[in-house]
Order: sequence, then structure tokens, then C-alpha cells
Amino acid sequence: MARAALQRRLSWQLAEVAESVAETARVRSLVLKAPGWAGHRAGQHVDIRLTAEDGYRAVRSYSIASAPGDGTLVLTVERLEDGEVSPYLVDELRPGDELELRGPLGGYFVWDAAVGGPLLLVGGGSGIVPLMAILRERVAAGSDAAVRMLASWRTADDIIYAAELERLAELDRIEVVHTLTRGAPHDWRGRTGRIDRAALSEFAWPPEAGGLSFVCGPTGLVESAATALVELGHEPGHIKTERFGPTGG
Amino acid sequence: MHADVVLDGNVLAGVFGELFQHDLTVAKGTCGGCGMAGPLAQVLVYPEAPGAVVRCPGCGEVLFTMVKEDGRYWLGFDRLRCLEIRAAG
Repeated sequence: MARAALQRRLSWQLAEVAESVAETARVRSLVLKAPGWAGHRAGQHVDIRLTAEDGYRAVRSYSIASAPGDGTLVLTVERLEDGEVSPYLVDELRPGDELELRGPLGGYFVWDAAVGGPLLLVGGGSGIVPLMAILRERVAAGSDAAVRMLASWRTADDIIYAAELERLAELDRIEVVHTLTRGAPHDWRGRTGRIDRAALSEFAWPPEAGGLSFVCGPTGLVESAATALVELGHEPGHIKTERFGPTGG
Repeated sequence: MHADVVLDGNVLAGVFGELFQHDLTVAKGTCGGCGMAGPLAQVLVYPEAPGAVVRCPGCGEVLFTMVKEDGRYWLGFDRLRCLEIRAAG
């Protein structure tokens, strides 16, 4: 029984696009219907495979944005300038189209309500996606884990899930802070500048709180944030990282 | 992929699943170069079609390389000295 479930998760299957929702100018959320999808854990990803007419194949990983408790499969994808897969997913896919995917994948960068908190979620650009799955799951599961989310973006127009994050930040024990790295509107009341040791020193839970940190986004942001957290006294084993490649906030 | 892309072991979950029964991204690897140990999810992955070069996040040395082509996989082991895999419960 368990073996069959394992095989299904690791095999390529067809999923149909039910909806494609614009989040920002470069980012869309894809609501997918995959027959036999058995659910996932917050933080996991799927692999998507595109096959060109000449047989050339490209495989890329995309984090699942939806909370496990929602019973849906939603991916949020950022179009990369020189991407091989993301431009197709963001610009070409329409409801009714099919995609080859496998998953859910990954047992490392995951959070379940049973793990508890406090949680520090640090993200840049599309790195926010698995963190959003975790935040959505924290709410959906009725967990009271304290959560602080620190998100880095180029400009205010790049903020993914802006309205939803504003709503979630009003909930008890959930704080969301955005920082802009390339310019802020006149009336901006959030932070500016990159996520650095000073920002984390101010915003992270004290190491003694024994919480978990999840850091996801461009490789440079992930490495400097993880290093800063260790320098601030956090246990390396309590800092989980996921690198997304060059672009983002 | 863009030449400067550096990812991490999280992206190997899928291909590991083609080869191994256990999720190796949570397996603990030890680098024979610098002695650093940690989950394979944290290794540095440099995609180089049709595979990838995997490096230690501590010292940067090559842990192993992986190529998949024509229905065959090649795994070239270098500094990956050992792997500790927890058996499923």
C-alpha cells in the first residue's frame, strides 16, 4: 500500500490547469487538478516537465503555494527573463491545458503544525511561495505558533500575495514585514534595503526561543541570511534553507 | 539554464526518487574534503545539462556528479565520503 503511494508520487502524471491567476506583472498562480493527488506537506514542491516538438525536455521544480489542508494544488510561478520553462507557464498556459508533473517532493524544507513554533520565515521574491504554504497551513491547521515573516522585494509592485499577507498579519501572533530593495513609493511605511544582519537582529526571534527558521529565495539572499542567523546565535540545525537561483527580491 | 545558476539539494528530490527508495535530501552526507556534515538538501547544485555537479556548501569541493542520458544514469563520486540514511519507521 505504502509502496504504491510512493510510486505514484514519484511518477510523472498529467495535471489540468483549472485557473491561472495573475499575482503581479511577472507572477501567476496556477490552480491545478491532478487525478489521484494525495495531498502534500507545506514547503514541498513539484517537478514540472516540458517536452518540445523535437523531443527536448526541460524539468524544473516549483514550490506548492497552497496549504495542505485546502485540498488544492496551487503553484505560484515567476517568469524568469531567460527561463526555459517559466515563460511558458506564465505567458502561454491557459485553463484546460495539461502539464506533466510529479510530486509532492522533498522532506527537508517542510513544516507541519505538530512541529510548532515560533517560526521565522525569510523570503526574497518567488522564495515567498513555500513560506506562504507554511503560513497558510499554520492558519488552516488552527496552530497558535507565533510567526514572523520578513519578505524582500525589488519594488512594492513586486509583492506577491500582498492583500492576503495584509489580512494574515492582522491575526494573532502573525507579523509580516516587507522590505524593498530598489525603491519605495512616497507613502511606503515598511522597510527598505536588503535583508541583512541588522534587519534579522531586529526581527528574528531570540535564539533562546528555540524556534525554526525557513529561508528561501535567491541564492545570495539565502546564504547571507542563514549566515547572519548563525552569527546571531541560532542553531544551524534550526535554520532550513532553499535556494531558488539568481533572481528575485 | 543560465550559466550562473546555483541551486541546492532540494531540487534533487525528484531524480533521487527515480533511483533510491528513501528521500536522500534528508540523508546526512559527510564531505571528505572538509569534514562538514549535513542533509543533502543543503548541498550546492550546479545544473550542467544533461546533469549536475554537486558541491559541498562548506569547502566548495565536488561531492558527486550526476548525469542522466539515453535512459542511463551516471553517478561520479568524489568528496562525498559517506551517507547516513534513516530507515523508514
